Amino acid sequence: MEALSPTMEEGRVVKWHKRDGDPVKTGETLAEVETDKAVMDLVARADGVLRQVAAAEGQTVAVGSVVAVIVSPGEAVGAVPAAAAPATPSGSGKREAGNVATVTAPAPVAVTPLPVAAAAEATRVKASPLARRMAKEAGVDLKLVTGSGPGGRVVKKDLERAPSPGASAAPTATAGATFPVSRVPFPERTGAAYDDVPLTQIRKTIAKRLAASLGPIPHFFLTTEVDMERASEAREALNKQLGDQGGGKVSFNDIIIKATAHALTKHPACNAWFQEDHIRYWHEVHIGMAVAVEDGLITPVIRNAERKSLADIGREAKELAERARSRRLQPSEYTGSTFSVSNLGMFDIDQFTAVINPPEAGIIAVGSIVQKPVVVDGQLTPRRRMRITMSCDHRVIDGATGAAFLKTLKQMLENPLAMLL
Amino acid sequence: MATLTYRDALNQALREEMQRDPDVFLMGEEVGVYQGAYKVSRGLLEEFGPKRIVDTPIAELGFAGIGVGAAMAGLRPVIEFMTWNFAVLALDQIVNSAAKILYESAGQIPIPIVFRGPNGAALQLAAQHSQAWDSWLAHIPGLKVVAPATPADAKGLLKSAIRDNNPVIVLEGEMLYNLKGEVPEGEHLVPIGRADVKRPGRDVTFICHSKTVAVALKAAEQLAEREGASAEVLDLRSLRPLDEEAIVGSVARTHRAVVIEEGWPHAGIGAQVVDIIQREAFDQLDAPVLRVTQADVPMPYNKQLERLAKPSADRVVAAARRVLYLD
Repeated sequence: MEALSPTMEEGRVVKWHKRDGDPVKTGETLAEVETDKAVMDLVARADGVLRQVAAAEGQTVAVGSVVAVIVSPGEAVGAVPAAAAPATPSGSGKREAGNVATVTAPAPVAVTPLPVAAAAEATRVKASPLARRMAKEAGVDLKLVTGSGPGGRVVKKDLERAPSPGASAAPTATAGATFPVSRVPFPERTGAAYDDVPLTQIRKTIAKRLAASLGPIPHFFLTTEVDMERASEAREALNKQLGDQGGGKVSFNDIIIKATAHALTKHPACNAWFQEDHIRYWHEVHIGMAVAVEDGLITPVIRNAERKSLADIGREAKELAERARSRRLQPSEYTGSTFSVSNLGMFDIDQFTAVINPPEAGIIAVGSIVQKPVVVDGQLTPRRRMRITMSCDHRVIDGATGAAFLKTLKQMLENPLAMLL
Repeated sequence: MATLTYRDALNQALREEMQRDPDVFLMGEEVGVYQGAYKVSRGLLEEFGPKRIVDTPIAELGFAGIGVGAAMAGLRPVIEFMTWNFAVLALDQIVNSAAKILYESAGQIPIPIVFRGPNGAALQLAAQHSQAWDSWLAHIPGLKVVAPATPADAKGLLKSAIRDNNPVIVLEGEMLYNLKGEVPEGEHLVPIGRADVKRPGRDVTFICHSKTVAVALKAAEQLAEREGASAEVLDLRSLRPLDEEAIVGSVARTHRAVVIEEGWPHAGIGAQVVDIIQREAFDQLDAPVLRVTQADVPMPYNKQLERLAKPSADRVVAAARRVLYLD
């Protein structure tokens, strides 16, 4: 199992594209693998014949363990020693390593079949009876616990330090217009008061990442209310024109991304990464856009957003969001953002605070656009208004610095022509 | 409370029970004039006379049989074997008569008899005279088997054994007779079938009996010193019946167990204890239960080899480290 994302520790085999005995060529897709972020292709690294498919579809396998063997045509394969034992180094060892549950095709004569007992042994989670009982009572999936006992056996102390299944991400955000239906089941009552659903890869990553944010990072929050009358007018005009040209429409979120990117070029102090012993101030603006996906969220990145046209941003955002929802993003497409935008406007959220996506120093949380009575030039008038809250990492951004950026952003949104300056 | 040796605690139990019940009598090799090979019966001939303190020829099967007959006739004999190694000769009377008669008489004829004597190895008595018969005897339905580790338990269990209406085996030890400890005066009865926590602990249970209680206590101290781990020492005291509740209760607290016994590993008492644990405390176990026993060989005469063959505190600590996942 290759590491298919920078933070991947294990992968779930979603689908095998090749079967035992199939000829394969370097670069050909062998299987689809769900990592902690996305569904990725596991490709052949050599020409030959696929043998000893040792991880069944649906199985989670540790990075570094054997999922199959590529042999030269006619070459015999011995038992795969690594398949029976966790091949990962200590710390990330998973008991499901090298599962041999279903060999998808009958083993040819040349192949030494893995003993049945070894297969059963490999698919089994090893845990002491006490650990099993504790896991059941606590609703912990033993497959997700690293065992410290002999042969990776999960024992009492491993459960005492295992994360509880309730640990999950703080509310962050979404940008897309449609919001996917949660995969978390709400089944008919069967008598049980609750269901314990194991953390998926993405939710584990969310939990880890966000817990590394709000706790350790000294957040502070700045809120401002933006008049969106002109932006709304500009959007209507633009969309009319784009519609006439047969292009896609521009959303408020696209405008906000564009304005944010532009404002960041004026305030590079907010376009930065905190790097423990230094702060990296970026000369490019890569906007991470929080997208809700089934069972989690991910922030695909619009690169060099400060240099892209609104139409380009719109197209790219739409395309990235769609692929995020189908779990088809490449790691390069969701890493490396310098600042993030999170939008819950479509849920009628007036205002909220977002959790910083480290190592970035800031994120803005965008609320819904609502008509409000506002005093303009001494007259009470209905205006479309929107609240923006910026979360700042105080180690990088001070109050006045953040406020100055937010003021520029507000001005750009209130007068979209300012973006041309 | 008086401090007595194990042998004097047994002596006290015998004296008190003989004073209490004129049907109780002691019979065996050298119990009278010689005052007992290990002086357990010191002073008894003088006090109770030759009708109740009976010296026998060297004929274990014979006097064990006389004892069974006396019990059938309504007396309460205490049969002393100079060692349980010699009692092998009397096994037919113990197993086929004493243990069976109540059953074969359809409950009409109880056999209130005690067979007692030192069991297991002492020092350099070699292969034929260094054997622990615990599991042989505990195997037999119709017998009760007790194995006291302390003077107080020796007194309390022997008294209970004498008053019991079934054949009771009392396993003592040459190396225990000099052990000193506080012994309650007078009516001190230890119920048969009740284990005793000799040292409370949190992390692992040492299940032991007889001479291995001292081994376990020493190991518990070393474990605390070297690893900071806390071992509970559970003294079974009775091998039949076994105190399942105490065994399961302790394992439920500590989640790990090492079972220690003087006998050989194959089909030993520890195997029976482990059976109880895996059956009744399965969900409590955090590690496989390990056993520390005598090496699976006839006891060597060589002093160093004998030391290595016997269960030791070092071996118990090593087993504890494994069940605690410290290795």
